Amino acid sequence: MHQAVSPLLVVVLLLNLYALGTSRLRAVVNASAWQGAILGVLPLLVHHDVDTETVLVSVGAIAIKGVLIPGMLLRAMRNASIRREVEPVVGFIPSLLLGASGTALALLFSGTLPLAPEQQGSLLVPSSLATVLTGFLVLTTRRKAITQVVGYLILENGIFIMGLCLLDAIPFLVEVGVLLDLFVGIFVMGIIINHISREFASIDVGRLSSLKE
Amino acid sequence: MILALVAVPAILALAAFALPDNRARPWLVPLAASLHLALVVWALGQPSLTAMDGWVVLDDLGKLVLSFTSVLFFACSFYVPPYLASHPERDNRVFCMALLAFLAMLSLIVSSHHLGLMWVALEATTLASAPLVYWRRTPESLEAVWKYLLVGSVGIALALLGSFFLAYSALAGGRWPSLLFEDLVRDAPHLSRPWLDSAFVLLFIGYGTKMGLAPMHTWKPDAYGEAPGLVGALLAGGLTNAAFLAILRFYRIISVAHDGAFARQLMLVSGLLSMAVAAVFMARQRDFKRMLAYSSVEHMGILVLGVGIGGAGVFGSLYHLINNGLTKGVLFLSAANIHRAYGSKSTKDVTGALRRVPVSGALFLAGFFAITGSPPFGPFLSEFTIVNAALTEGHWVVGALFLLLLVVVFVGMGATVLAMVQGPLPERFHGEPYRESFLSVAPIVALLGGVLLLGLYLPQPLDALLHGAAEFVQGGR
Repeated sequence: MHQAVSPLLVVVLLLNLYALGTSRLRAVVNASAWQGAILGVLPLLVHHDVDTETVLVSVGAIAIKGVLIPGMLLRAMRNASIRREVEPVVGFIPSLLLGASGTALALLFSGTLPLAPEQQGSLLVPSSLATVLTGFLVLTTRRKAITQVVGYLILENGIFIMGLCLLDAIPFLVEVGVLLDLFVGIFVMGIIINHISREFASIDVGRLSSLKE
Repeated sequence: MILALVAVPAILALAAFALPDNRARPWLVPLAASLHLALVVWALGQPSLTAMDGWVVLDDLGKLVLSFTSVLFFACSFYVPPYLASHPERDNRVFCMALLAFLAMLSLIVSSHHLGLMWVALEATTLASAPLVYWRRTPESLEAVWKYLLVGSVGIALALLGSFFLAYSALAGGRWPSLLFEDLVRDAPHLSRPWLDSAFVLLFIGYGTKMGLAPMHTWKPDAYGEAPGLVGALLAGGLTNAAFLAILRFYRIISVAHDGAFARQLMLVSGLLSMAVAAVFMARQRDFKRMLAYSSVEHMGILVLGVGIGGAGVFGSLYHLINNGLTKGVLFLSAANIHRAYGSKSTKDVTGALRRVPVSGALFLAGFFAITGSPPFGPFLSEFTIVNAALTEGHWVVGALFLLLLVVVFVGMGATVLAMVQGPLPERFHGEPYRESFLSVAPIVALLGGVLLLGLYLPQPLDALLHGAAEFVQGGR
């Protein structure tokens, strides 16, 4: 494993906290974009022998997570003409504290798990768990549809890190399928967000509350 | 050849996209369904089918789920052209395409023996069914599809994490990580226990979200309530079964790893919880399609409960899978006819359905009796098998709670259904008769015939298939 992996994972963890602490939607989207791009580089550094398929996955991940999806989200944001996440369910400072303690817990917890020799002392497993937790936190505590999608993206990023631990067990076809599903999924969510903002003149999912018992 | 099961509907989905004629296009759906059913009948006769280096294998479990999914889709497909003909002003291109892509991906889930491939196919069915749920274009359906997509995507994201954990359990156990089921079953005794257990929990939550088990069921009443009835039938009788099949495959791995007791406990708790949640929300439900959604939550609970009990419960659960799938077809399609005849899905507006839509009303009533486990329909026998297994396996409390919840659901659902089908016809419909077309009721009659037949007589080949699949799930063969 390349020595740049750990510093990059630290940046990923810091981006988690940044996404939790800011109210500006553009900043949250950008944080997920940077995170996606950094993670896209990691397969090249983690794998022992880099072949064409690894490079293709890497380029695809950077293009989709770092450029295409954030672009789509920023466009949806402009269409809905909103800039800020207001009144999240859990405030920014408390969610920042929750995220930080989640990260600490992930570090402690993965120390107790039986790790394969390749991952002893590496940050891969803890940062995966911490990023998944962050994604969950963003998803459940924010009210704007776009922020929720970003939460889903961060969650997916965390899972991507876990995938890096598996060496070459994930075949090329599956990597491509996962990326494609993610892209199409967010694309469809983007369409729905546009419909929501047209229908309700808001993308506050709190407005989506007519269906309940 | 096995790939044709995926390729044929996929190619016809592209054809639906290319065909410009809005009136001819819906007929592609019955065409695809017939071809698919023919292929399935052919595949059932083959001893074993493999493709793509063991990534795609049709085992007994797959054969069971695939054949009944195909039958359900076949029945529903003839409902599609008249349904879309009643909305002539709407462009049905995306609807037909999504329906066929849904069938293709469903076949892929059922036959894939590679964790990653199965995950990709399951996520693709979610995406393919989103336009189907959003077909009505109302604010309510927008809300429903948003929840469906977000909750579903997050759920299966967790399933992906679980899949990675499962592969990592091999690595941590000193084996080469693999996402192929065959490898995982072979290495099962060596898998690292903590990783295996957490993988199973994540996979159970993830695929359980797609099944709609409580407490991950929140999307279900909204999506089933707002989607057209035929989509509800395919989701409740097709997709949920495919997600359950995925869980059964993981259960096979964990059984071979001698850790089945842990998984069974999880399933017992979650099964009873789903039944209880459904029982609570089904009583006094004012929207009859949401009521059916809760009925689906209940029966998903019964499916996992059967496996949780173990022994003959697994057989009962698989038997219930096919019974529930076909009965859900009856209920959702007849509910859709009632919905259309009254222009409302609120139980406040719907009374005297037996007078306004005699055939659909009677079918809905029969479907209610079937799904609540009244003899002589199939679900009676499968639920009886599960209770019996609970008692022989020593799960007295579980068996008692199971029976109690069945009674509560019967009473709660019965009050709503009887009020709907009986009673006087609302005054606004006096002197304004409603005609039920042949194609809108024939598929329901056929499905109900199947449910009745399954309760009266289990053909030998089907019995053998069920026993084979049950043995497979528990780690045998």
